[in-house]
Amino acid sequence: MKIYGVAILSACYFAGLIIGELLGNMFGVKGNLGGVGFAMLFFILLTDWMNKKNKLTKEYAAGISFWTSLYIPIVIAMVSIQNVNAAINSGTVALVSGTVATVLSFVLIRFLISMLKQEGE
Amino acid sequence: MDAVYQMFLKNGFVLSFLVVGIIMLLTQFISQKILRNKIPGVALAIALGLVLASFGGKTGITDIPLFSGMALLGGSMLRDFAIVSTAYGASIVEIKKAGWVGVISLFVGVFFNFIVGVAFAMLFGYADPGDIATLASGTCTFIVGPITGNAVGASSEIITLSIAAGVVKVLIVSVATPLFKNIVGIESKTSAMVFGGVMGTVSGVSAALASINPKLVPYGALTATFYTGVAAILCPSVFYPILKWILMQ
Repeated sequence: MKIYGVAILSACYFAGLIIGELLGNMFGVKGNLGGVGFAMLFFILLTDWMNKKNKLTKEYAAGISFWTSLYIPIVIAMVSIQNVNAAINSGTVALVSGTVATVLSFVLIRFLISMLKQEGE
Repeated sequence: MDAVYQMFLKNGFVLSFLVVGIIMLLTQFISQKILRNKIPGVALAIALGLVLASFGGKTGITDIPLFSGMALLGGSMLRDFAIVSTAYGASIVEIKKAGWVGVISLFVGVFFNFIVGVAFAMLFGYADPGDIATLASGTCTFIVGPITGNAVGASSEIITLSIAAGVVKVLIVSVATPLFKNIVGIESKTSAMVFGGVMGTVSGVSAALASINPKLVPYGALTATFYTGVAAILCPSVFYPILKWILMQ
């Protein structure tokens, strides 16, 4: 049953979000702290464990894969609902700091990745 | 005619599948036949999505009633659910391998972006520590701007501005990363984790990785979601008090 795969995904999603909510409360921050990240970790660990036990059937996997394949279409829908005009018109400070931070982050990423490569050699 | 329009209105969510399908069909065609695969179709589709968003207002294209269904398809619920699903088949070994680099890149990324945000906020004449911290938090990622803004009691103009800084980041990351992937060096799963950890914007990072190589999405998305978590803790509760203390001196 494909729905079992989707149900497992849903269970991990909520398990992660609950942790994120608890962390948010703990730090007195409105919002979910890294809940999706924890959900991903749970999902990786659970599916890995099920695979080893041969409990994860092709049917389950097909249910999960359907959602994975919807990911890109969802991203496209997501960008189409952004407040693009505000981002462009709302003032130079947002435009400049957003742009500079991004460009400098690229430089930093390049630096970290090359460090990583040296480490590997 | 009106009956047909009403029918589309009533079935907005189902219509959104058709709309996104057409966007992808169109951009795949342009990418393969006209641009000969020089720019990935997904990158084009994202760019087209942004253009469509500019026809709407605050909530992008959904401000046009016909496209209201896009709000559900592109909203955070389905986005996060689909992101978690991409973790299926992600290798635990790879994640462990990037473990310490991933953690370092998270903290370095949050701190670094916050500092850049502070510098520009001050350069543009903002003096109130709450305003500066809110703008800097938005520079980290647009979800954290309002979190810090609410915590420090910033005005709604400042909060909007901080979100805008984050959205600018999303736009640049989604569109520019696929073009510069070789220069930046994003090719392996570990480098995708560094990318997500430093850049932080979940939407931008996952959109960029989707057009570079969909297999890299879970690795970048994983660190990027933790970035949001770390930034949401550090910006209002650690960086803001420190910033306030420094500015009081």
